[in-house]
Amino acid sequence: MTEMMLDIRNLKVSIPTDRGLLNAVRGVDLQIAKGETLCLVGESGCGKSLTATSIMGLLPRYAKVTSDRFEMVGQDLTTKTDAKLAKLRGRDVAMIFQDPTSALNPTLTIGRQLTEGVMRHEKLSRSEAEARAIEMLDRVGIANPAARLTQYPHGFSGGQRQRIMIASALMGRPKLLIADEPTTALDVTIQSQILTLLGELQADLGLSLLLITHDLGVVAAIANDVAVMYAGRIAERAPVAGLFAAPRHPYTKGLLAAIPVPGVTPRGSELPAIPGRVPGLIGALRGCAFRDRCAIAGAECAHDPVPRISAAQGQFIECVKAGEVTA
Amino acid sequence: MLSFISKRLLVALLVCLTVSALSFGLMFVSGDPAIAIAGSGGRAEDAEAIRVAYGFDRPLVVQYLDWIGSALTGNLGQSIYFNVPVTEIIGNRAGVTLTLGFISFLVALVIAVPLGVAAALRPNGWIDRLALVIAVSGQAIPSFWLGLMAIVVFGVWYGWVPISGADTWQGYILPVIVLSYYAIPELMRITRSGMIDVLATDYVRAAKAKGLPMHLVISRHALRNAVLPLVSLSAVQLGQLLSGSIVIESVFALNGLGRLAWESLLRSDLPVVQAIILILSLLYVVLTTLADILNAVLDPRLRGGS
Repeated sequence: MTEMMLDIRNLKVSIPTDRGLLNAVRGVDLQIAKGETLCLVGESGCGKSLTATSIMGLLPRYAKVTSDRFEMVGQDLTTKTDAKLAKLRGRDVAMIFQDPTSALNPTLTIGRQLTEGVMRHEKLSRSEAEARAIEMLDRVGIANPAARLTQYPHGFSGGQRQRIMIASALMGRPKLLIADEPTTALDVTIQSQILTLLGELQADLGLSLLLITHDLGVVAAIANDVAVMYAGRIAERAPVAGLFAAPRHPYTKGLLAAIPVPGVTPRGSELPAIPGRVPGLIGALRGCAFRDRCAIAGAECAHDPVPRISAAQGQFIECVKAGEVTA
Repeated sequence: MLSFISKRLLVALLVCLTVSALSFGLMFVSGDPAIAIAGSGGRAEDAEAIRVAYGFDRPLVVQYLDWIGSALTGNLGQSIYFNVPVTEIIGNRAGVTLTLGFISFLVALVIAVPLGVAAALRPNGWIDRLALVIAVSGQAIPSFWLGLMAIVVFGVWYGWVPISGADTWQGYILPVIVLSYYAIPELMRITRSGMIDVLATDYVRAAKAKGLPMHLVISRHALRNAVLPLVSLSAVQLGQLLSGSIVIESVFALNGLGRLAWESLLRSDLPVVQAIILILSLLYVVLTTLADILNAVLDPRLRGGS
């Protein structure tokens, strides 16, 4: 059995609102093996960023997070989660954020922001920490890194800032890297550069990578496994090749059908869209959350719990009709 | 940074010139100063004599240059009422006001900033609600009433502190409390709202993700960005506190600048009024310029250029 860098069972996140408790994440299971890249995909509001942020323990206080099991980089975090997480952050686990412009502090130099973590955690001297910062900046493709340590974030372009964020995440030599839509705020041309960089780093450093995205093109490029999230649950998890070749969950099929393929999709034709809207997540939700939008839904889809059909290790699909879909 | 500072100083200098011209002009806004000195029932010949004696018969530009020239050498003219140099009168009164103003500002800052930060860390928590009560009552209670109540309770009933005057340091206790209570709400609210904004930013989340302990996240990452508006507000508040409060100085019978300005207005002692306005305006210019420079030190984006 491969070593798990992340093993979460039945993760739930709820947020109190004026209209009741919003159950944004409703029982998510996530496993990532050492050196594996898992992409968590889904449309806006499906709970993927909340899932990632709760793994880092960075949700605001009012969010209620529970799980049956929470293990990360070989440590059991199920109990006393906050205190134990605090010791992992910036060391074994690091995170990259969506918008590098707002994730770098405008009033501190790049050098300060890169070195402050390891100077504390590993008791490095300033010059040792700066040497590592230069190494990491060089690694992520920032030219002339030594001279740029004294510069402030506003002296860098968006793509460079995301590279700096990645360098900052690598400073503590993490085993698990969580990237929350790291290319959403960047130009299309820069996006592929950043993703290529992430892929290379993942391979070179043997990182486990949890990549949150809603861009299926990104997924195809760098994932081993894909988890498709819908309305706070994982609908399907499969290896990337299998998922694109033979999606099994009706939602995954709908997602893939909505991607235009150059040369195949006729110009000017309307792309197929999934009808209906995402269900509201306030209060309890019975049965399959996708059934109102699903072409093959039947009466049995309203029953709880939705059966989980497991394939190979860690791979599954939650759909009572799944047999019919593949048939 | 140097070019930023020199630009700011140039602007400040221009503001100073404008301010000096305006405060000089005040002398003539309220009517013929010669008649004001001679008294409304005075004879025309007296007024004419005064006009010549004080040089009011010369062109305005010449009078202004003469006035600003002596002001630059530290001579702000003679008080019409006391017939002694204005600088001497102001020098006698400034000590009380400056002491009171500085201490009150420091006290207000020391209370308002930690309270604002604590309130922002847990919005709607008990500290936040307590802070809101302090802020609302601080803004709603008139300072003369609070001053009088403080005198009655702590000066008269308990007899802990003198009820008026600034002959001993104890005399400053009540005025400092009342004056800083007046300054706290705004300082605290701006700290709180600044902190709430900054605590929600991605770079604060990123700082936590780096594994920094909370006190470093707050002091290094959050507070530094949150204090920018506080610095600007502090310049204005400190200016207000240093210019002396007519109300507070009257209630506590302190002979400070606020009362001097008020009395000089009543006496039509225009050179004194003019000088006080000039000095206080320059004080504001200096304080806001310092605040701008301090903000540029804190936030590199404000420095312009590279």
